[in-house]
Amino acid sequence: MTRVHDMGGRFGDGPVEPGSEDDPVFAEEWHARALALTLAAGALGQWNIDISRHARERLSPKDYTRFSYYEKWISALADLLVERGVLTEDDLREAGSAEKHPLADRAMKAESVAGVLARGGPADREGGLKPRFSTGQAVRAVVPSDSALVAGGHTRLPRYAAGALGYILRLHGNHVLPDSNAHGLGEAPEPLYAVKFHARELWAHPEHPDDEVVLDLWQSYLEPI
Amino acid sequence: MPHDDHDHPHALLPPEPALRVKALETILTRKGLIDPAALDEIIDTYQNKIGPQNGARVVARAWSDPGFKAALLQDATTAVADLGYYGRQGEHMVVVENTPEQHNMVVCTLCSCYPWPLLGIPPGWYKSDAYRARAVREPRKVLAEFGVTLPAETAVRVWDSTAEIRYLVLPMRPERTDGLSEDALAALVSRDSMIGTGLPKVPS
Repeated sequence: MTRVHDMGGRFGDGPVEPGSEDDPVFAEEWHARALALTLAAGALGQWNIDISRHARERLSPKDYTRFSYYEKWISALADLLVERGVLTEDDLREAGSAEKHPLADRAMKAESVAGVLARGGPADREGGLKPRFSTGQAVRAVVPSDSALVAGGHTRLPRYAAGALGYILRLHGNHVLPDSNAHGLGEAPEPLYAVKFHARELWAHPEHPDDEVVLDLWQSYLEPI
Repeated sequence: MPHDDHDHPHALLPPEPALRVKALETILTRKGLIDPAALDEIIDTYQNKIGPQNGARVVARAWSDPGFKAALLQDATTAVADLGYYGRQGEHMVVVENTPEQHNMVVCTLCSCYPWPLLGIPPGWYKSDAYRARAVREPRKVLAEFGVTLPAETAVRVWDSTAEIRYLVLPMRPERTDGLSEDALAALVSRDSMIGTGLPKVPS
């Protein structure tokens, strides 16, 4: 089984509410604060993007479902700060030390924001496994879809694609494997492919016979036919 | 086993979300781990500097310059970096072209992956359960909720952003736009047309 965030194909969610393109970027001031706080805390260097995604996914299903988007972010951030030893539970109770933190020298300064955001964090790597599949080749997404490396661990293979027949559309090069990187097991770069699936392969009642879904999948998520 | 703790530390913070954010910011600031001025700078960047106007420039250039369009479809990361667009959540870009035969649409079913340097921070609906759950299974019903109806002969290809590749849709250039400047064309490019849930505006 997988986790509550893996919701592709789920029934029962009701209509999408598009709103207007003129809506403000942040609906509430605290949304902006939550985003900025998460980015700035990430710059302390105590976790990577896969660890932070997994922290959100590990919110209990009840919290994940009832929390709004930025509530998930801020709550997972608090959990991560304690898990990684940056803060203590007493700190969250506002009963901790107010002394300067050993990591304070790493705090992101206003003048470095533009550079940090502009640099980003590329996920492609030179080394790692050689490509096993070529463009056009038929492959099958593995079953089961949950992490093969760590029980209950992070993975990016959605459940709806597990076991489905697809075709290699494009090789993106070698990329950091989230299943490993989210658990401190190293970057373990693998070939990453865009894989095309016919909608009829994924859903019992596809809307149109020619529709397709493309997923980016790592080599270890795929097996040859 | 990952740490699955039913008494998550976040429950120690105030439950009301705005207060929860404020409390965490206060705690981190007091310890010198956060500079509130840096938060202001991050917010200003995504509120005022980086947004769908960037993607619209890329699309307008592709509509105007066949050489740029070919380069964009071949290696979008390099092509958009040449226009000055690169950075967090846009390190690996792929641009997919709409044609009369195929309409492209982008989603992230697992979280909210989105090409920040070209489109900014995703709108609320993109991050909603309804969009994440339904875009892959019934894209045409979702499109209808955006007021978009495709011809029966147009196939839909949905891109689920499951890795660090970020996708931008290159919409079809609207008719009766011959001779328009790049600026005029960019004004026709809606945000949603670059996600694939909308179409470009038609010149008035």
